[in-house]
Amino acid sequence: MREVAIIGVGMNKWGELWYKSLRDIFTESALLAIDDAGVDHIDSMYVGCMSSGLFVGQEHLSSLLADYLGVCPIPSARIESACASGGLALRIGFLDVASGASDIVLVGGVEKMTDVPVEGATFALSTAADQEYEVYSGITFPGLYAMMAQAHMHKYGTTREQLAQVAVKNHHNGSMNPLAQFPQKVTVENVINSVMIADPLRILDCSPITDGAAAVILCPMDIAKKICKKPLVKITGSGNATDTIALHSREDITEIRSTKVAAEKAYKMADKKPEDIDLAEVHDCFTIAEICVIEALGFVEKGKGGKATEGGLTALDGKIPVNTSGGLKSKGHPVGATGIAQVCEIVKQLRGEANDRQVKNAKVGLTQNMGGSGGSSVVHIMEVV
Amino acid sequence: MPAPKYWREIPQRYRLEGAKCKGCGQVYFPPRLICSSCKSREFEMVNLQREGELLTYTIIRVPPSQFTDQSPYAIGIVELDRGVKILSQIVDCDLDKLEIGQRMRIEFRKIYSEGEAGIICYGYKCVPV
Amino acid sequence: MVGIVGYGAYIPKNRIKVEEIAKVWGTDANSYKKGLFVEEKSVPSPDQDTITMSVEATLYALKRAQIDPKKIGAVYVGSESHPYAVKPSGTVLAEAIGATPDVHCADFEFACKAGSEAMFVCLELVRSGSMEYGLAVGADTSQGAPGDALEYTAAAGAASFIMGKDNLLAEAIETYSYMTDTPDFWRREYQYYPRHASRFTGEPAYFKHIIGAAKGILKKVKLEPKDFKYAVFHQPNGKFPLKVGKILGFKREQLDTGLLCPWMGNTYSGSSPMGLTAILDEAKPDDLILMVSYGSGAGSDAFIWKVTPKISEVQNKAPKTKDILNNNKTYIDYGTYAKYRGKIRKAE
Repeated sequence: MREVAIIGVGMNKWGELWYKSLRDIFTESALLAIDDAGVDHIDSMYVGCMSSGLFVGQEHLSSLLADYLGVCPIPSARIESACASGGLALRIGFLDVASGASDIVLVGGVEKMTDVPVEGATFALSTAADQEYEVYSGITFPGLYAMMAQAHMHKYGTTREQLAQVAVKNHHNGSMNPLAQFPQKVTVENVINSVMIADPLRILDCSPITDGAAAVILCPMDIAKKICKKPLVKITGSGNATDTIALHSREDITEIRSTKVAAEKAYKMADKKPEDIDLAEVHDCFTIAEICVIEALGFVEKGKGGKATEGGLTALDGKIPVNTSGGLKSKGHPVGATGIAQVCEIVKQLRGEANDRQVKNAKVGLTQNMGGSGGSSVVHIMEVV
Repeated sequence: MPAPKYWREIPQRYRLEGAKCKGCGQVYFPPRLICSSCKSREFEMVNLQREGELLTYTIIRVPPSQFTDQSPYAIGIVELDRGVKILSQIVDCDLDKLEIGQRMRIEFRKIYSEGEAGIICYGYKCVPV
Repeated sequence: MVGIVGYGAYIPKNRIKVEEIAKVWGTDANSYKKGLFVEEKSVPSPDQDTITMSVEATLYALKRAQIDPKKIGAVYVGSESHPYAVKPSGTVLAEAIGATPDVHCADFEFACKAGSEAMFVCLELVRSGSMEYGLAVGADTSQGAPGDALEYTAAAGAASFIMGKDNLLAEAIETYSYMTDTPDFWRREYQYYPRHASRFTGEPAYFKHIIGAAKGILKKVKLEPKDFKYAVFHQPNGKFPLKVGKILGFKREQLDTGLLCPWMGNTYSGSSPMGLTAILDEAKPDDLILMVSYGSGAGSDAFIWKVTPKISEVQNKAPKTKDILNNNKTYIDYGTYAKYRGKIRKAE
């Protein structure tokens, strides 16, 4: 396998982008990535998108987005794994370059979520759960994560305040990210007094509905060395794993096994351990998710995620800063784009381009992106050369 | 809910029909074609137990549109006796008094209806014992 | 010999008091409570209807009957509130209990008499030998128009009976029906609420038919009211069954066990069948029971049941009707009731 570098990243301001369509926001980010990489062409492209069909009534993104990026007739594919679509697209792009099949590959992620009313978005998102045996009974995504939270609190004594700390930290980080949808800071009081959505999760425990896209450019290390003028970042670990689609079918409701297994694969490939990671972007679609994920990634012992967050382990100045971008919570969560935006943040951090939120001496970064209630996960490890 | 999609799951929704693996005894709900544990492809039909224990729960306050009239409502994961877990609404209960570990039993209820003119979807819900 | 091999009843847990309804319409609660002898009525939750209650009552009946549902040859649901105008309730019930596909299914409708009609037909099918067991359900989530006198009583409940030949809990000694065409209460197609002919529903309707059916069946078997341990009549309110019982020569203690309406309301097709379940819950071997239903339109089905020694083995195998009625009640206000019963106009 060839070594794979990330030579360009691109992302625009996220939010309710009323004036822009799906093709607009994707193309803008893709062009930013192409410009950042300084390449004059791409050989193939992959786009993570969860549900353009339900959100904007458009499938066949492989053609649409290649067309509007002006790169036809290159090969193009849309990758779907619910909210992990972006992360999985990166993995496919990585394998494409590593295998030698393509040299310069664009990997993007996009979701345009605000063209449908909120009920429409809720429905589209719910298709990531088991339609017949979860959604049929009236469950929502906040509801599924709320049940994980309830079980985690019951089993490990995780507190309401500890959940809130995740939101407080991520909004603090997001306040330094000019691209974030909700850059305002919040307090524990704000979170625990916000509107209840699915007990015990409140609105400020939840990531928002967002329009957004992000893109990166991959190429083999030998080409990167020739053309890349910025610090070289390479992908050293890639792991992907699955679990049952239904939360209730899992042995342990508080454990995200797909993340655990994907991380083990990525660590092994990169020859790294959890303690070698300098910073991570993880899938905090809900506050409880970040707590379960840092446990699954091995940053903390199982059941200690809440306590560790409260203790500052994952703060910007902590031992392992998590979600320096603001995470899904503050930056926004255009589902298919999230996995790619995570990579954009890690690359910026590893290059030392993260301005106010820059983590000092960041050498090894990790991204974790998951689909549904944890039915699929993708973990990547990136290092600056 | 398109009628064929609803109709296909009637044995599960109405009477909790599961499949027991002839190889290792694992019970699946809904039935499957291959056992995830032992890879056997032979199963026998079993009806799940109609009582169990609440493993976790939440109260849905922002429901999907077809559930608006029922909101707020509780949903939980219930481990039925002999080990199969299901997700279901919990009804006829005081929302403030739900507790992990509580005993539950199955009742047959309306899940939702497709407006005033569409099909009525039935299925299982849990009621505290 | 044919008769009942299993029975069960189901009542939703919600109740609304007469005072709560009277408060909204500015009427005198006491005049209803005394005049109709009704205190409160059951209200179905939004996720309950005739079908769901039929299933629950039948699962209790199966617990008592201890038979293989596959042996049930007929599934008949009697109701005036079938959830679909076109599409049977019985098919859902038959699937839910696992009686399909080798089964005959039909929905019955005859105002409040639809349940006893189903019982009547099942008994005869079993008697004819064309099937081993027949399942008959009387269930309703009846609607009274807001502000109408019926709103104080229109309630929800179900009774289910499995009829068979062997291992009877109660033998059907005799049946008799009494019918005329009497338009005392009706609901036209596409109308949401029923209409009634006010006091005409009394003497020429309810009383004439119940008395006619009761006298007719007693004459057939040459028995008198004093020979019965229990009697149960259709209960549109608490007052009518007591009055008709008195006219026929029954004493209050013969009527009390089956009288549910004052605390449950009128469960229409479920009414006298549910009264019968409450009696079977307490009956002893050899007790004789007279049951007379009434359905507007109009007619009555009369049954004489003789309880067998097997009754004591099954009474506790499923929840008893009065326990369901008295335990775990939730009182709701009129707003909640109006929401649950779809009485509030919302945006399309």
